[in-house]
Amino acid sequence: MDRLLNVTTGVSLILLLLVLFSVRRAHIRVEYSVTWLLAALAMLILSRMRPALDAFRHLLGLPDTPLALFLFAGTMFLVVFFRFSVIISHLRDDNVALAQRLAILEHRLYGLENHEG
Amino acid sequence: MKPPVGPGALLVIVPAFNEEGAIGQVVGSVRRELPGVPVLVIDDCSTDNTIALARSAGAEILPLPHHLGLGGCVQAGYKLAYEMGFEYVIRVDGDGQHDARDIPRILDRLQQTGCEMVIGARVNSAGGWRTRRIRGLGIWFFRLVLRPILGKDVHDPTSGFVGVNRRALAVFRGSFPLEYPEIEALVVLQRRRFRFEEVPVKMRERVAGKSTLNGMKPLYYIVHVLLGVLVNVLRYERRFHKPPSPKGE
Repeated sequence: MDRLLNVTTGVSLILLLLVLFSVRRAHIRVEYSVTWLLAALAMLILSRMRPALDAFRHLLGLPDTPLALFLFAGTMFLVVFFRFSVIISHLRDDNVALAQRLAILEHRLYGLENHEG
Repeated sequence: MKPPVGPGALLVIVPAFNEEGAIGQVVGSVRRELPGVPVLVIDDCSTDNTIALARSAGAEILPLPHHLGLGGCVQAGYKLAYEMGFEYVIRVDGDGQHDARDIPRILDRLQQTGCEMVIGARVNSAGGWRTRRIRGLGIWFFRLVLRPILGKDVHDPTSGFVGVNRRALAVFRGSFPLEYPEIEALVVLQRRRFRFEEVPVKMRERVAGKSTLNGMKPLYYIVHVLLGVLVNVLRYERRFHKPPSPKGE
């Protein structure tokens, strides 16, 4: 059990550092890093505070602690993926609208140039 | 393309992606059948000579900066038509399957009935085009699904030979399915209490190219369209529940 918690701590720290470095190098925008930072922090806290993890396990009525940890991690990542699906959908809609607008403006500009020429 | 002069102006749009084998013939046949009616080819970032051939056949070109798929392509044409003031838009596929001689009948039905959409429903013809068995099965399935939603039977919900009027343009320029748009578009219209009619049209074998629905894609198509229909049925917007205004704008 201790080994699992140590590995989780290590993974959480790596994720935390990775996100912070990515933000610093402008690979990820700050607003999109928040969800990852929260997930990594929550994993870090749970892996270092055994009583908190046990309380969470009791709350859900789960038989063992590793299962509670993985359930928590899985839920966090599902939330993160859902949030990114929403963001990607918005970006796709915006992208389509922009491409259409650009094409329409280009078409009308071409028409104006031909009219003047 | 000049803005239309006078009411009742028609624009024919042809969404095209790598259709160099057929696009010249399609544009030419529309221009012969309907002299003076502008033909707009919406090029979905083709990598072949589609644009050059369409232009030399007399079409106006709306070149998309990157590939959007059929729905995004058609919607771009609807947006331009609406902004330029066209009253009617008829969509013809760029693969040569649709017969330009049917366009006046679709336009007539739009004008006579005042309905928002007229579908060119494909009929099997002796010695001519026949629905493939798998496609026929798909059409039959979607007819069953759509009947209770639309409140009437639709014979060919997957047809891309479609005419719309300005009220439908006003809706579609804001909301149009990006992939496989035909069936979802019907549901979008039904939610506005708009009407559609069907006109039987002849279909030909495609002049060039092949259908994009191959391999496992028919399965993806069914799941995607079913989900799209469900989402549109469940979607609630306050304006859906208002009857359309006479001008629809």
